[in-house]
Amino acid sequence: MLTKKVKKKIILISLVFLFLSSAVYFLYFSLNKNLLYFKTPTDIFNSEDINVNKIFRVGGMVKKNSIIVNQEEVRFIITDFKNEISVSYKGVVPNLFSEEKGVIAEGSLKDKKFFIAKKILAKHDENYMPPELKNLIKE
Amino acid sequence: MLSLFGNSLILISILTSILIVLKSILTLNNKASLISININNLITFQTSIIIVSFLTLVSAFIISDFSLITVYQNSHTLKPLIYKIAGSWGNHEGSLLMWIALMSLFSFLFFIKKNRYKREYFLFTLIAQTSLILLFLIFLIFSSNPFLKILPEPMEGLGLNPILQDPALAIHPPLLYIGFVGSSIYFSAAIGALMSNIDGADFAKSIKNWIKITWFFQTIGILAGSIWAYYELGWGGFWFWDPVENASLLPWFCMTALLHSVIVLEKKKQLFSWVLVLCLMTFCLTIAGTFLVRSGVLNSVHTFANDPQRGLFILIILSVTLITSFGVYFLKNKEENYNNSGINRETFIVTNNWFMMFYLLTVFLGTVYPIFTEVISDIKVSVGPPFYNTVIIPFVVIFLLFMGIGPNSKWGGKFINLKIFFLVLLAAIFINVILIYLLDTKSILFNLIFISSLFLIFYTLIDSIKSIRSKFLFRTPRIFAHLGFGLLVLFIGLNENFSKEFDINLKPGETKKIDNYEIIFDNLLFYKKSNYNVVAGNFTVMNNKSNDLKKFKPEIRIYKDPETLTFEASIKTNLLSDQYLTMSNIQSSDYYNIRFQEKPLMIWIWVSVIIMSLGGITRFYRSENNL
Repeated sequence: MLTKKVKKKIILISLVFLFLSSAVYFLYFSLNKNLLYFKTPTDIFNSEDINVNKIFRVGGMVKKNSIIVNQEEVRFIITDFKNEISVSYKGVVPNLFSEEKGVIAEGSLKDKKFFIAKKILAKHDENYMPPELKNLIKE
Repeated sequence: MLSLFGNSLILISILTSILIVLKSILTLNNKASLISININNLITFQTSIIIVSFLTLVSAFIISDFSLITVYQNSHTLKPLIYKIAGSWGNHEGSLLMWIALMSLFSFLFFIKKNRYKREYFLFTLIAQTSLILLFLIFLIFSSNPFLKILPEPMEGLGLNPILQDPALAIHPPLLYIGFVGSSIYFSAAIGALMSNIDGADFAKSIKNWIKITWFFQTIGILAGSIWAYYELGWGGFWFWDPVENASLLPWFCMTALLHSVIVLEKKKQLFSWVLVLCLMTFCLTIAGTFLVRSGVLNSVHTFANDPQRGLFILIILSVTLITSFGVYFLKNKEENYNNSGINRETFIVTNNWFMMFYLLTVFLGTVYPIFTEVISDIKVSVGPPFYNTVIIPFVVIFLLFMGIGPNSKWGGKFINLKIFFLVLLAAIFINVILIYLLDTKSILFNLIFISSLFLIFYTLIDSIKSIRSKFLFRTPRIFAHLGFGLLVLFIGLNENFSKEFDINLKPGETKKIDNYEIIFDNLLFYKKSNYNVVAGNFTVMNNKSNDLKKFKPEIRIYKDPETLTFEASIKTNLLSDQYLTMSNIQSSDYYNIRFQEKPLMIWIWVSVIIMSLGGITRFYRSENNL
C-alpha cells in the first residue's frame, strides 16, 4: 500500500508533469505558427506554392534607382543579384534605408513578384547589419 | 596617469577579495572564534576601493582623458557633461566596472550589520558574494579592462552613439543594474543558507527587503528603457519583444515570483527549497541575459560592440555559477514536507509562481529559439510580437482574476466572501457592456482583458478601503503593486485598441487629408546646434472633428561624431492622449516619410508602472524595524 505521503507526492509530481508538458506543447505549437522565416528573392523565385497570408521576411539589397515615392507608399526593389522582387511599403523607412544598402522587409506576398511590406527593419548605425544579411553578403 | 591609478585599484580590490575569502574560511574552521571586526573592515576597504576605481573612470570621462581606449571610443569633448558621465557606463567595459561596484556596494550594505545573522550563514554568504565579485574582477581585467591605454594619445574621441544621448537612457542602465546586480546578494544568501542550518523564516526575513529593493529598481529600470524606446526610436511603440528587452524581463519574472513566495516562507515556513531555487535562478538568468546581449549571439537595439572572446568569458562565468550553485543545492538541500491543501493564501501565491514560471518559459523560449534553429538546421527565423501576444495575453486574463481574489483569502484558511467576488465581476462586466455600446469594441480578447483588469482594480480598491479602515497598513505594498499592474494592463489594452496610425509621404508645402485629420507640411528649416545639424519640419495638424489645431516640429538630427542620423519625434502629451509625429527622409526623393499617431492614455501607462513599482519600497522601513 502506498502511504498517504507518497500518494500526495505522486499526485504533485504528475500535476507538475502535466502542466509542464501541456505548457511546452502549447508554446511549441504557437511558436511554430508565429515564426518569421527569412527568405531571399531567389528563395521566393524557387518556391513552388505561394501563400499570400503567410508573413515572413525578405532580405537583400535595395536596387539602384529603384526607390519611387508617392503620397501613399514607398516602392523599391530588393535584389540578391540573382533575382529580385518589388516591394510596396506604407510607413516610415528606417535611418539608413537607401539604395545599394542592405534591407529587410517584413510582410507578405501579393504574387510571386510583388511583396507588401508591413515593416522595414531598422538599422541603428552604419555598422549594424542584420545578422541574416551578413551571411548573405559573405556568400 | 589615470590608467595606472585605475589598474592598481583593480589589482588591490582583487587582492582584498582573495583576502576576505581566505579570512572567512579561516574563521569558519575555527569554531570558537567570533567574526572579527577585521572582516568588516576588509569589506569596507574593498567596497571603497572598487567605488573609487569606478569614480576614476567617470572622472576620466569628465576630463576627456583620451589616453584610455574606453574614453577615446565612447566620448567626445563637445558632448554635454551629463552624457560624458553617462558615457562611462554606456559601453561594455565601463558598465562591467559599474556592475562590480554595485555588487560590492550591495555586499557592504548587506554585511554591515553582521550581528543580525547567524555566524555560519554570514560567513558562507560572504564567501559566495566575494567569490562572485572576484570572478567578475578577473573577467574585467583579462577581457574588458576599462583602464587600457592607447598610444599615442588621440586628440579627440570617437563620440557616443547619438541615439544613446538621452536623459532616460542615461539613467536606464544604473537603475537596471541595481536590480540585476542586487540579485547577487540573495543568490549568495541562498548559498549561505544551503551551507549553514539557517531556519527558513530567518532566511526569508534577511533577504526580503533586498528582493523588494531590487524588484523596485528593476521595474523602474525597465520603465526608463521603454520610455526611451517610445520617444527616441521614433516608432511610437514602447515594447518590441526585442531580445534585449526579454533579457531584462526574465530575471524580473523570477524576482516577482520570489517576492511572493518569500512571504509564504516567512509566515508559514514553507516553500524553503523553492525560494532557494528562485534566488539562485534570478541571478543566473541575469548572467544569461548579459551573455545573450553582450556576446553577439542575438542582435538588437543595443549596439554593444560584440566580441566572441568576451562572450566566451561570460559563458564560463555563467557555467561556473550555474554548476556550483545548483550543485550546492542538490547536495545540501534538505527534504522538505510540503503539506498544504485547500484554497488558501499559500495556494494563491503558489499559483502566482506558476504563472510567473509560465511567462518566464515563454519569453525564454521565444528568445533563444532562433539560436537553436540556426545552429541545428541553419534555418534563419525570428520570433516576433505575435508569438508573445497569442501565448501571453489569454493567460494574463486568468492571471488578473487570480490576482484579485488571492489577497482576499486567509492564511491556511478558506477563500471567503463569494458575494463580493460576483459583485465585482458583475460591475466589471457592466462597464464593459457600456464600453462596447459606446465605442463598438469587438475584439473578444480586448474585452476580456478589459473586464479582468477592471476586476483586479476594483478588488484592490475595496481592499485598500478595508485596510485603511482597519489600519492594516502592511497591505500597502501589495495594494500599490496590484493596483498598478491592473491599471497597466487596462491602459495598455485601451491604448492598443484605440491607437490610430497614419503613414504618408509628403513634400514641403503639401497637405493630406486622412481620417478626421488634415496634415499640413508647412515648411522645412535647417540649422546648426553645438554637436549636430538639424533638419526640422513645421507641421500643422487640424482635427476636423474637434476643430483642434496643433503645431508639430519633428527633427532629423545629423550627428558628426560618429556620423549618424536620428529622428526626433514631436510629441504633444495631454492627460487623455499623446499625438506623435515623426518625419524621416527618403533617399533620392523629395518626399519625407510622415508618421502621425494618436495614442490614447499613453502617460497613464508610465504612471501605472510607477504605482506598481512603489509596492517595492512602501513599508520598507517598517519591515526593516521588524527584523
